[in-house]
Amino acid sequence: MTPLAGYLLVAALLFAIGLAGALTRRNAILVLIGIELMLNAGNLNLIAFWRYGPHPEVLTGMMFAIFSIAVAAAEAAVGLGLVIQIHRHAHTTDLDAMNRMKG
Amino acid sequence: MSFVFYILSALTVAGALAAVLLKNTVHCALALTVAFAGLALLFLDLHAQFAGFAQILVYIGAVAILVVFAILLTKGSETPKDGVFSKTWLAGLAVAAAVFAVLGWAVLQSTSRLPQDVKAPTVTVQQIGQSLVGRYVLPLEIVAVLLTAAMIGAVIIALHEKEGLQ
Repeated sequence: MTPLAGYLLVAALLFAIGLAGALTRRNAILVLIGIELMLNAGNLNLIAFWRYGPHPEVLTGMMFAIFSIAVAAAEAAVGLGLVIQIHRHAHTTDLDAMNRMKG
Repeated sequence: MSFVFYILSALTVAGALAAVLLKNTVHCALALTVAFAGLALLFLDLHAQFAGFAQILVYIGAVAILVVFAILLTKGSETPKDGVFSKTWLAGLAVAAAVFAVLGWAVLQSTSRLPQDVKAPTVTVQQIGQSLVGRYVLPLEIVAVLLTAAMIGAVIIALHEKEGLQ
């Protein structure tokens, strides 16, 4: 197994764990945690391909990962703000209990 | 495959599993911090020093703290009576397992075509800074606008509204 294949397998495993968390947990914050794990798995893929790709000096993969980190931070801030507002409105963060779009 | 890689990937995967499986939400957030730290160390192992330290600063320093704040503000640390997993957890687990099977199969099939050992690139922070204000200046500006919009949006969304007062 090449080193790149090892990193790709770890990233795939992390993505699957994050997806399982996002799909199976009840708490909205835990779903956001799962999404963060999936984004991080993507970043690991980008960095691994940058490191073992043909032209690492162009920095494409690394830049993509850095911008992805910035976008993920923005997503986390807005997502957690939404969860707090929903909790204030419906007094729960249980996603199974949120079955109406009209408050 | 080095020994360091195995230790770091085991740490990362264990942290991620604990973050998804634990019952107490605060413990989940702390396990998530471990997974983020393991990922940052994997980035350092891949000679991506800048991305590794950015990961530590942004994820451990900001996102994990934000998650803990959100848990404490929503009383999410109380374990619900009817379990922490949703009613359709089996379907979700099956979808995740299928996704991992497909990804793992694709990686293992293409192993012979992936590049072999390449000389480690040496990238200085100066190079990263120059490409950020050179080749990648437009994405940088867009990210600046996005972060400003997200910050204002998050503050407006989470702002406490009094009844009948807009």
